[in-house]
Amino acid sequence: MNNHKTEKVFLKGNEAVAMAAIEAGCRCYFGYPITPQSDIPEYLSRELPKVGGTFIQAESEIGSINMVLGAAATGARAMTSSSGPGISLKQEGISYMAGSELPGVIVDIMRAGPGLGGIDASQADYFQATRGGGHGGYRIIVLAPASVQEMYDLTMLAFDLADMYRMPAMVLADSVIGQMKESVTPNPRPKTELPPKPWVVRGKAAGEPQNVVKSLYLGDGEMEAFHWKMHARYQELADKECRWEEFMTDDAELIVTAFGSPARIAKTAISMAREAGMKVGLLRPITLFPFPKKAYATLSESCKRFLSIELSTGQMIDDVRLSVARDAEVAFYGRPPGAGSLPTPEELFVQIRKNYQAAA
Amino acid sequence: MKQVFSRPESLKDVQTHFCPGCHHGSVHRLVAEAIDEFGIASQTIGVASVGCSVFLYGYFDVDVIEAPHGRAPAVATGAKRARPDRIVFTYQGDGDLAAIGMSEIIHSANRGEDITVIFVNNTTYGMTGGQMAPTTMPGQKTSTSPYGRDINNDGAPFKMAELLSQLEGVAFSARVAVNSPKNVIQAKKMIKNAFRCQIEKKGFSFIEVLASCPTNWGMQPLEANKRVSDEMIPYFPLGVYRNTANL
Ligand SMILES: Cc1ncc(C[n+]2csc(CCOP(=O)(O)OP(=O)(O)O)c2C)c(N)n1
Ligand code: SF4
Repeated sequence: MNNHKTEKVFLKGNEAVAMAAIEAGCRCYFGYPITPQSDIPEYLSRELPKVGGTFIQAESEIGSINMVLGAAATGARAMTSSSGPGISLKQEGISYMAGSELPGVIVDIMRAGPGLGGIDASQADYFQATRGGGHGGYRIIVLAPASVQEMYDLTMLAFDLADMYRMPAMVLADSVIGQMKESVTPNPRPKTELPPKPWVVRGKAAGEPQNVVKSLYLGDGEMEAFHWKMHARYQELADKECRWEEFMTDDAELIVTAFGSPARIAKTAISMAREAGMKVGLLRPITLFPFPKKAYATLSESCKRFLSIELSTGQMIDDVRLSVARDAEVAFYGRPPGAGSLPTPEELFVQIRKNYQAAA
Repeated sequence: MKQVFSRPESLKDVQTHFCPGCHHGSVHRLVAEAIDEFGIASQTIGVASVGCSVFLYGYFDVDVIEAPHGRAPAVATGAKRARPDRIVFTYQGDGDLAAIGMSEIIHSANRGEDITVIFVNNTTYGMTGGQMAPTTMPGQKTSTSPYGRDINNDGAPFKMAELLSQLEGVAFSARVAVNSPKNVIQAKKMIKNAFRCQIEKKGFSFIEVLASCPTNWGMQPLEANKRVSDEMIPYFPLGVYRNTANL
C-alpha cells in the first residue's frame, strides 16, 4: 500500500490482528462469534467491505474454516479466528487443509478449560495447536505473540509463511494479549518473495492441466509419499523459520522459558531477580511450531537449569525437555487457567529464587 | 456417417467406478452437457463431496476442490466469494447434504450464494455400504434400518427441494429423475436452468435428482429404475419448487 500510515495507533491485540490481515492482503474473512476473539470479526465486518473484501459470519466454525478452505483453494489469502470450543470444531477443516496443502491463517485466542471452560487467559491449547489438532498426523505453523505489536507483525508473518510452505498457520495467543491495548506501529506488508501458486483452481482452459485440490490419496504408495514429503517440509521449517527472543541469557545460570503473556510477567520478575543479584535470563519461543530447539540446545551447553512457566499444568515443557542438553534440568511452574490464576511478578520472583538456589 | 452421440467434452474419456445401473453416471453426463452447452468449462470450479461421487475430479475435466463430508456448500461459498467471476457447483449425495451437511446447505442457500448445487438422492449411503440416509423412505430396509425406517424412531425423510424452496435466498429449486428418457430430458433442462441461474447471477440454484443405487438396494438396474418411478417419485414429487429467477 503506497498511502500507508505508519504512525503509532493505540489498539487492542485482537484489532491488531484484524488490521494486519487487511495489510497482508487478506480479503476473505469467515468467522463465528466467541469470546475472547469477537473483536476480530467485528473489526473485519466493518473494514473489509471498504477495501472490496468479503466478510461472512458463518453458521458455525465448521462452516467458516471450510469457507477458508474454498477461498484458499482459489489462491486467495483467507483467515478465520476463534477460541477453544470453536477451534475444536475447526479441526476437521484444518486437517483437510493440511492434507490438501492449503495455506490459510487461523487465529486462536485461547480460553480456559475443556468444554465451555471460561474466558480467562489460558495456554492449555498448546498441545492442540502444536501437534496438529485434528486427525491424520500433520503439523501447522504456530506463532505466539507476546505483545499487541507482535499480534500485528506475526499475523502478517503467518500469511507469508503459510504461502511459502503451503500449510495452515495459526496465531496462538492468550486472552490477555488479545484484549489488552498497546500502541502499535502498523508496519507495511513486507516484500517477501512468495512462490507462485500454479496449483489453484481457476477454471481450466481446454488443453491446460486440470488442477485438483484434494487430500484423498488411494494409489499404492501415494499416502506414504505424501507423509514423507510433509515431514521434509516440517524439517525445512525447523531449519529456516524458528524465531525466539532471548533476554539476559548471556551469563544466565537459570533460564526461564515462557511464551505469550507469562513471558512478559516473567521479564519483570527476571529484572527483579537481576536486581537481587541473580543471573537469570529468559528464552521466549515465538514460533511454537517449529519449536526453536537449537536455541535451547545452545543455551543448555552452559546453563543447566531451566524453568518453564505456563498457564497450564505443563505442555510446552515437553518440548523444552526434548530440546535441552541431557544434563540440563527443567523445572516447572504452572498456573492452570481460570479466574484469578494469572501469576504476579512477585509470585514468579519467588519461583525464580527457589529454582536459582536449587541450581547453585 | 454422421455422429449423433458422443462423450461431452468436459467429461474425461475414462471408465467410471460406478456400479452397473447407478444413476451417478447419468447425472455426471447431464451436468457435463450443461457445462459444454454454456461453454463455461474454462470458468468452472467443481466441489466434490464425500460419497460415491468423491472422484468427481477423475471424471470431469474441470478444476475441482474436494470438500470434507457435508461441507461442500461452505467450500463453494469460500471459492465463489474469492472468485465471483467463476461458475462454482457442488455435487453431493443425500448423506452428505442432508445429514452431516445440513447446516452448510441451509445457510449457503439462505445467504443466496451464487452457486449451483446438484443433490443426488438415492435414499441411502452408497459409499459406506447402504446405511440409512436422511432420505431413506418410511419402511425402507437398509443395513442400519434392518426392520425398515421407522419414522417414530428415525424421523421422516427430508424433502430437500421443498425445504430449500422456503428460503428467500434460493432462486431456483427443482426435483428431477433420470430413470426414463422423458425424465432425463426434463432433468437436463432443469440442470441447465440451474447453471443459467448462476451465469445470470440470479442466486442460489438447487437440483435434487432422484437416483438409483442398485447395489445397496439389492436390485437389478431395471428393477431399480422401476423403484424410482413406483416408490420414490410418488413420495418425492418431481417439479419446480421455487423459481424466483424466472427461468
Ligand atoms: C466425517 C465423516 N464421517 C463419515 C464418513 C464416512 N462416509 C463416507 S461416504 C459417506 C456417506 C455417503 O453417502 P451419500 O452422501 O448419500 O452419497 P452416495 O455414496 O450415496 O453417493 C459416509 C458416511 C466420512 N468420510 N467423514
Ligand atoms: S454403491 Fe450405489 S451410489 Fe455407489 S456407485 Fe454403486 S450404485 Fe452407485
